[in-house]
Amino acid sequence: MDEIIEIIKELDWSPLYISLKTGVVATIISFFLGIYAARKVLKAGPKMKAVADGILTLPMVLPPTVAGFFLLLLFSRRRPLGIFLFETFDLKIVQTWTGCIIAATVIAFPLMYRNARAAFEQIDVNLIYAARTLGMSETAIFWKVAVPSAGPGIMSGTILTFARAMGEYGATSMLAGNIPGKTGTISQRIAMVIQDGNYLTAGVWVVIVMLIAFGIIFLMNLLSGKNMKHIKRW
Amino acid sequence: MAVDITFQEKLGNFTLSMNLKSESRRIGILGASGCGKSMTLKSIAGIVKPDTGKIVIDDKVLFDSAHKVNLKPQNRKVGYLFQNYALFPTMTVKSNIAAGLRGTKQEKSKRVCEMLKKFQLEGLEDRLPGELSGGQQQRVALARIMAYEPGVILLDEPFSALDVFLKDRLQQEMIEMLEDYKGTVILVSHSRDEIYRFCEELLIMDAGKVICFGKTKEIFADPQWKEAARLTGCKNITNVNRLDDKTLEVPDWGIRLKLKRKVPEDICCIGFRAHEFIPVWGEPTVNSLPVKLSSMAELQFERKYFLKGCSGDMEEICWFVQREWWDRLDEKGLPDYLEIPEDKILLLKG
Repeated sequence: MDEIIEIIKELDWSPLYISLKTGVVATIISFFLGIYAARKVLKAGPKMKAVADGILTLPMVLPPTVAGFFLLLLFSRRRPLGIFLFETFDLKIVQTWTGCIIAATVIAFPLMYRNARAAFEQIDVNLIYAARTLGMSETAIFWKVAVPSAGPGIMSGTILTFARAMGEYGATSMLAGNIPGKTGTISQRIAMVIQDGNYLTAGVWVVIVMLIAFGIIFLMNLLSGKNMKHIKRW
Repeated sequence: MAVDITFQEKLGNFTLSMNLKSESRRIGILGASGCGKSMTLKSIAGIVKPDTGKIVIDDKVLFDSAHKVNLKPQNRKVGYLFQNYALFPTMTVKSNIAAGLRGTKQEKSKRVCEMLKKFQLEGLEDRLPGELSGGQQQRVALARIMAYEPGVILLDEPFSALDVFLKDRLQQEMIEMLEDYKGTVILVSHSRDEIYRFCEELLIMDAGKVICFGKTKEIFADPQWKEAARLTGCKNITNVNRLDDKTLEVPDWGIRLKLKRKVPEDICCIGFRAHEFIPVWGEPTVNSLPVKLSSMAELQFERKYFLKGCSGDMEEICWFVQREWWDRLDEKGLPDYLEIPEDKILLLKG
């Protein structure tokens, strides 16, 4: 027990901040992009839909290391896009926190997109028609009618996205690496300390991750519960 | 002309061709499921786009394929009442009613207050639709439509999902609420009672085609067309051969009918309403039909007899008997013949 207290006292907390920051930013980006993509795909014709859906879901199906490999190819400073970003915006992706965010976003995005799409498909289309005949603009219909009606699906998509983004390991380690205090996320720290045979520290991090995960899901359910009074318990 | 609608639209395996011109304020469209009734309303509202045609309501052109006019549903000022009311489940009653309104906050909330008062929804303004009864939901849906003053109101089978008691009350309520509405109301239904109660003029549809249009009461009294007779609730419809201009042969019933009026040449069927038969015991009278019992169902106020003729394999004949006749039937047994009063025969075209 004393040993554990000692570990907690001496713990480098930076992976916690990095993981939380990455999770939050990646979730916010995925939230809007995912909803936008879901709406676009819903409007598309069947062939276009099949193609777009395949591409947008791919990062979830591929092993994260494969996604990481592609990202590395794309953003490496020896490649056109990497060179362009660095020379024009002075932006480095590989081995930086931005890389963390990009990796987490790419891997977690399909969860948001798929959940949002499924939720939009479930909406009673008469609600949309009614809103149109009532003279509501398409933007108003989308944000005031469609998104709230798809609320539960979008909410679960957000939770899953956050969970996935925060726990991302494979693509992150390839694109951003594991630089302590910069790109060292909790998942990478756990892997590192286990390699050193330091099981107790790993255990402490595991408990922290579990507490965060549970706390966030609990909080989101609580918040969303207020907006979802119309859903009956059964 | 209040309503002038002509359009064609390909729908799966048939073409919907609509033709409706009327000055009436209460128009009904009656037809079986899947005949294109709802599609007609959706075309008027701009939810679907017809292939060709023209839709004009109170001199406002909503759609005209020849001049490439196709107003967005947002600009048509058409109130559409959906079968399930389509209230926004996440919005309160207040926000539902305000959803389509424009103007400042004060203007909107003033209008919402007026509507809440008019539709007796005061005290419910902060509830969600899921917390309201069926009747209250209908009132909110109507209030939401009326709030933005539509030029025409379309009712898409508004009562078909309700139980009998609620249906009767809500129909009455709807009629009262729409009483002082100056625009046109078009009600689509497969229920003849609803249409009869509600509409001055009636259009009957079958498989995408208009069968007939006219005053509701006149069509019910004399449907003229086979499909119209069926949809207005005529139970006995059978093919006939015209022998001369006053005699009809009814092969399925094995009898000949003598008529006082002249039979037009294009008559191919007759219809006879199940309540109009007169029972005959003993010797046959003019235009009477020999029958045997096939089955019987007793309801609270009437008995439904399903009869077959003596000739064997024919469609069953329905005879509905009101309560006051039951004693005589129980005493004398089933009649040997059913007399068909000739003035009650509906002469039908195919």
